[in-house]
Amino acid sequence: MTQDNRLPAGGLIDRSRTLSFEFDGKTYTGHPGDTLASALMANGVTLLGRSFKYHRPRGLLAAGSEEPNALIQLERGAHTEPNTRATAIELYDGLNACSQNRWPSLKYDIGVVNSWLSRFFPAGFYYKTFMWPERLWMTYEHVIRRAAGLGVSPRLPDPDRYEHRHDQPELLVVGAGPAGLAAALSGARAGKRVVLVDENPQLGGSLLGSRDTIDGQSALDWVAGVRAELAEHPCVRVLTRTTLTGYFDYNYLIATEHVTAHLGPQASDDLPRQRLWKFRAKSVVLATGAIERPLVFADNDRPGILLASAVRTYQHRFGVLPGRRLVVFTNNDSAYSTAIDAASAGVAVTLVDCRDTAGDAAERGADAAGVTRMMGSAITGVSYRNGLQSVDVMALSADGTRVDGPVQKVPCDSACSSGGWNPAVHLHSQAKGKLRWLEDTHTYAPAACASTMPHSSVGACDGEFSLDQALNAGWAAGGATGPAPSAERVASIGALRPLWVVPCDHPVGEGPKKHFHEFQNDATAADLWLAQREGFESIEHTKRYTTTGMATDQGKTSNVNAIGILASSRGITVPEVGVTTFRPPYTPLTFGAIVGQNRRHLFHMVRKTPIHDWQADHGAVFEDVGDWKRARYYPKPGEDMDAAVRRECQAVREGVGLFDASTLGKIDLQGEDVAWLLDMLYTNAWGGLAVGKCRYGLMLNEHGMVFDDGVTTRVAENHYHMTTTTGGAARVLGWIEEWLQTEWPDKRVHATSVTEQWAVMALNGPRARAVLEALTEDDVSNDALPFMGFKEIQLAGVPARVFRISFTGEQAFEVNVPARYGRFVWEQMVAAGAAHDMVIYGTETMHVLRAEKGFIIVGQDSDGTMTPSDLDMDWIVSKKKADFLGKRSLTRSDTSRDGRKQLVGLLSEDPSLVLPEGAHVVSELRAAPPMPMIGHVTSSYFSPNVDGGRSIALAVIQGGFKRKGDWVDLPLIDGRRVRAKVVDPVFVDAAGERVKS
Amino acid sequence: MSRYSVFSLVRNAFSYHQNWQRAWRSPDPKREYDVVIVGGGGHGLATAYYLATECGITNVAVIEKGWLGGGNTGRNTTIVRSNYLWDESAALYGHAMQLWQGLSQALNYNVMYSPRGLLHLAHSVHDMQEIQRRGNAIYLNGIDSEFLSPEQVREMVPFMSMEGRYPVLGALLQKRGGTARHDAVAWGYARAADAAGVDIIQNCEVTGFDIQDGTVTGVQTSRGRIGAKTVGVVTAGHSSVMAEMAGFRMPLESFPLQALVSEPVKPVVDCVIMSNGVHAYISQSDKGELVIGASSDAYNSYTQRGSYDIIEDTLQAICEMYPLFTRMRMLRQWGGIVDVTVDRSPIISKTPVRNLYFNCGWGTGGFKCTPGSGHVFAHSLANGDMHAIAAPFSMDRFNSGALVDEGAASAVAH
Ligand SMILES: Cc1cc2nc3c(=O)[nH]c(=O)nc-3n(C[C@H](O)[C@H](O)[C@H](O)COP(=O)(O)OP(=O)(O)OC[C@H]3O[C@@H](n4cnc5c(N)ncnc54)[C@H](O)[C@@H]3O)c2cc1C
Repeated sequence: MTQDNRLPAGGLIDRSRTLSFEFDGKTYTGHPGDTLASALMANGVTLLGRSFKYHRPRGLLAAGSEEPNALIQLERGAHTEPNTRATAIELYDGLNACSQNRWPSLKYDIGVVNSWLSRFFPAGFYYKTFMWPERLWMTYEHVIRRAAGLGVSPRLPDPDRYEHRHDQPELLVVGAGPAGLAAALSGARAGKRVVLVDENPQLGGSLLGSRDTIDGQSALDWVAGVRAELAEHPCVRVLTRTTLTGYFDYNYLIATEHVTAHLGPQASDDLPRQRLWKFRAKSVVLATGAIERPLVFADNDRPGILLASAVRTYQHRFGVLPGRRLVVFTNNDSAYSTAIDAASAGVAVTLVDCRDTAGDAAERGADAAGVTRMMGSAITGVSYRNGLQSVDVMALSADGTRVDGPVQKVPCDSACSSGGWNPAVHLHSQAKGKLRWLEDTHTYAPAACASTMPHSSVGACDGEFSLDQALNAGWAAGGATGPAPSAERVASIGALRPLWVVPCDHPVGEGPKKHFHEFQNDATAADLWLAQREGFESIEHTKRYTTTGMATDQGKTSNVNAIGILASSRGITVPEVGVTTFRPPYTPLTFGAIVGQNRRHLFHMVRKTPIHDWQADHGAVFEDVGDWKRARYYPKPGEDMDAAVRRECQAVREGVGLFDASTLGKIDLQGEDVAWLLDMLYTNAWGGLAVGKCRYGLMLNEHGMVFDDGVTTRVAENHYHMTTTTGGAARVLGWIEEWLQTEWPDKRVHATSVTEQWAVMALNGPRARAVLEALTEDDVSNDALPFMGFKEIQLAGVPARVFRISFTGEQAFEVNVPARYGRFVWEQMVAAGAAHDMVIYGTETMHVLRAEKGFIIVGQDSDGTMTPSDLDMDWIVSKKKADFLGKRSLTRSDTSRDGRKQLVGLLSEDPSLVLPEGAHVVSELRAAPPMPMIGHVTSSYFSPNVDGGRSIALAVIQGGFKRKGDWVDLPLIDGRRVRAKVVDPVFVDAAGERVKS
Repeated sequence: MSRYSVFSLVRNAFSYHQNWQRAWRSPDPKREYDVVIVGGGGHGLATAYYLATECGITNVAVIEKGWLGGGNTGRNTTIVRSNYLWDESAALYGHAMQLWQGLSQALNYNVMYSPRGLLHLAHSVHDMQEIQRRGNAIYLNGIDSEFLSPEQVREMVPFMSMEGRYPVLGALLQKRGGTARHDAVAWGYARAADAAGVDIIQNCEVTGFDIQDGTVTGVQTSRGRIGAKTVGVVTAGHSSVMAEMAGFRMPLESFPLQALVSEPVKPVVDCVIMSNGVHAYISQSDKGELVIGASSDAYNSYTQRGSYDIIEDTLQAICEMYPLFTRMRMLRQWGGIVDVTVDRSPIISKTPVRNLYFNCGWGTGGFKCTPGSGHVFAHSLANGDMHAIAAPFSMDRFNSGALVDEGAASAVAH
């Protein structure tokens, strides 16, 4: 193919190089500087996609990020990217693009039947049907789902990476058109730390698509000068290809920068595909320009009909025009430049103006350029057959509601329209700024902004449409003192005639022609009226009912037209209709950019103990516990988990075992009031705890429910070492801080997390002391270090804290050494243990051993609905203390009643059957559910140590204490019915002798 | 009410859809009603509908400060399920589930309830214990629930990552779980309630209650006083504000809860997938957008906007579950104000003021119960006594301690 629509000269493209690319399997060429859109236009390709609902053929509407139609599936395989606007894709060599939402091909699309049947598919039709018969909805829905959607999601992992960066500019300027450049330059001269962002690859904004003069030079030369000067300032950062997408509270803004995304799959691997910037800006200047809105005329969606400003941009920026015979339809003066410039390039231009007269300069310019003008007229129809053939033009009545007179057919191969301009107020709105309606230009512009998000809007995005004013306002916003750059003052829009719906030869909505205000979702003026008729009066209702503004362009070209159409049909003013909220993001941004580098191993950090690597080397199987990796068991060759755990369990009770308990939460508490604090945090009394002693405690939440437990030790006079559950560490520290900071700020306590500062090794079993003694000269005898005692010793040449506490019911020593010695001391213990046949065991064995003793695990045997009494732990609740957290709630009627769920043991009838955890006990066994539940199994294991080996379980059962000795039923989800006997939850050493040995 | 059907669509097509009736009237408020419902969200509208159609009370007004459905009803991620842990919840959400079936036909409005299946993923031994316990309880309450092995999960959700930081060890499936179209639920109830005689009054804010001798007699509104024999307040995130107007405190906290959608794509996620472990959930709307949500913001607010960090955390979790979605784009992001109780269960209750009732505290997960909540609340208002299913959810439980603690055992509750 040749680039037939490329102009012989002009444009900011590099004609010395030719790039080749593919669209829907055909190969075309373009130049560096092209977008996919401009290159396709150069090649005369106008049909680029199909619309969402009616599958109507669609081409380009715009040249920028407001494009609703030309959505492309860019690249294939792992690099594929659905719904990408052709206007935002910079051309690179080898680019591969496909059209979307069509089958079997773009030209012959089955979905077009929707268009033939469109009469039966008005707005909201799906609420009114697909209801019979009920069971068929899922089938209808299946079809609807397949027809909906646009592009195709990637099906392969993303080969690219993304990253985040932060900056705190004094002045953040969004948009590098004339207003933004003036603001940035002025800010830079005033010595501010400036960041300037623009979504385009070049600076210049609207200047790139026009032919203006600034400070006596061509606008592009002026831009080059500003660029050069900004580059000199060390405190100025200019980010192109960077879209500011979100404006949040307290001037927190995010922007996505395309670092290599515009280079396609062959981009370098060293750089991220996109970078997300997070700005906290002292002040923000929005210079985001304005977006042209189309006129809503009959069949205005046909491929080849663009926005007037887009045609001008294609001409000046890309050296391409959509055809040889162009019709420009307008209600204001701005489109005259499009007509004049196109005519100067040799295109036959007909200008249809719905006004009887235009501005003087505009009229003169058009006439001089040889543009045919049809004043007081409107386009009333479009002939389209594999391309635009002609448009019908008729005279418009004075009130704009009718057309009459003869139909004039104007042959053409392209057309464009201008219905006025909408300042891009999106970011202002995101910042909770209010809007004001401008009566002369018929558009919304920014009004007051929220004090928490100080910013100003300048230039076209403030509703100022002349270049001169844009430069002035930008300059003033930047803060410099010198004279502002200047340009000739021209009235760019002139007197705009609002014409929200252009009538045609049949009543709008009552014939074959469709008047689209919203292209992608196929919403028409008639849909808006239907919504009104049916009572969806609030603009939010109208939006949702007709899906206006809910497409991927978020209504950039459609919202104001919709509001205008509603206002004119209801006979009220536009402000009376109200506006919908613009929500972030301004343009869609990738999940990848939002996620940044925080993926895979950087998503949630994996926490490993100092002994982790040793464990991995010695065949441990790990489990995830919160963010921790914990060794679950250590299988010997040929062993499964059950076999390994049995061996480990037996060895601990008969000899000695070593366990890595480093994940236990550890909080260092210091200060005069720690004892007081402990009395408040725990249910039992802490007053008398001597230095060198440990005590177990339960913590309750405000409801009186157990929420953590652990042992706290008095290390020195005003210094305590608290342990918490592994999962509860952060919660407990947060809890302590919350109370200290909000309720007890006068108390002198410092709480510091030291979980990762200590490696913790638990020696358990009758020969535990023997192993310890092999590594220390210090006295660790029962007299020197009795049960619930604490001592600092030298162990294998390392200072160690040893706690005589036990979670197995055996003689036990919890050895804490500074984390950096952890692995060394562990290896010393392993060596010393060899003489005693010491076993290394994991969390699973730890669970079995503690369950044999009836020790609970908070979060497993209790779930935030269990009181100490429910756990048969009344003994730990002080009756004497005046107060502790949760005390008040324990006396509430429901909390103190009889018959609550209580912790018991269960022995299954078949001793080899391990009851499933989570199985429920029912009060009445029935053939099928529902069955009344009275409790459930919380922990369940095979214990090699009970009765020579049998299953044991812990459960919570209503009134369980009184049921001991009873048989209960557990109907399992797989259909089995199991019986078990309620027993005391202590299965081993009920007298508690061994722990003290 | 003229009935909707394929035939009515075709018939109207020939008159260019000029003759459709209003879905609901826009009446001026009367001086007095038997029942005034404050709050035109799904729950309020459903309450009015059941009052008029099942309880024989048609002299009812629903008073909405903005546009109906504009609160959390129109902002939620539309997940419907009933697989809750406690019996009281099972009864309430199960009741709703029964009403979802056939709701489109009853309302003559397609609410698009789609039981596409809902999965709770388990990533750790602890998660497995949690879903086992809940799954068994749900099963014994007679509600459908199944455990899936990792292989079965892979078959059901082909593109999700099963390994990695949070491997999938299993899942709990509720087949009847799924989604419904939120706007349609509000509009369907509104239209059917209106047809049964209920006055729906939009753009009318309740600013106070008239209370005489401890009994409510009416409401003060931005459009004047409206008398009422009984008042039901169904104002979600603003319920504590309303309670304050009535002179008592409501044990609620209001937080922003955010959600987001991607650009629409062809079907890629067929069921609803929730993960408490990575803390996010995802489904795909009929339009093709990925609908994504997670936990609420940590601070109290009424502003209907949350902080950006939550979005980042949420998408990190989603991209951990679905690494291939990093090239997908976020289209829209928004927030609503959710009213959260300490036990994550709703409050459907009498109050210290006679004839003034509250239905609130649905927090992050009340959409699914819209029909059930409206139904039991309507019967409670009509009888002056709480419906048996609603009774456990009275405000008194915060005094007695008889909480229905859905937060204690599981984490996210959407
Ligand atoms: C982001 C998000 C996602 C969610 N996802 C889910 C989900 O997936 N599944 C699920 O089941 N639930 C979900 N929820 C929760 C669910 O949306 C709510 O629980 C439910 O919609 C509440 O319905 P409602 O009718 O009680 O409240 P609303 O819909 O909020 O209605 C309350 C109404 O009261 C009006 N009102 C308030 N004050 C006054 C006054 N003074 N006078 C008059 N009117 C007043 C408000 O304007 C509002 O319209 C989600 C919520 C959010 C915010």
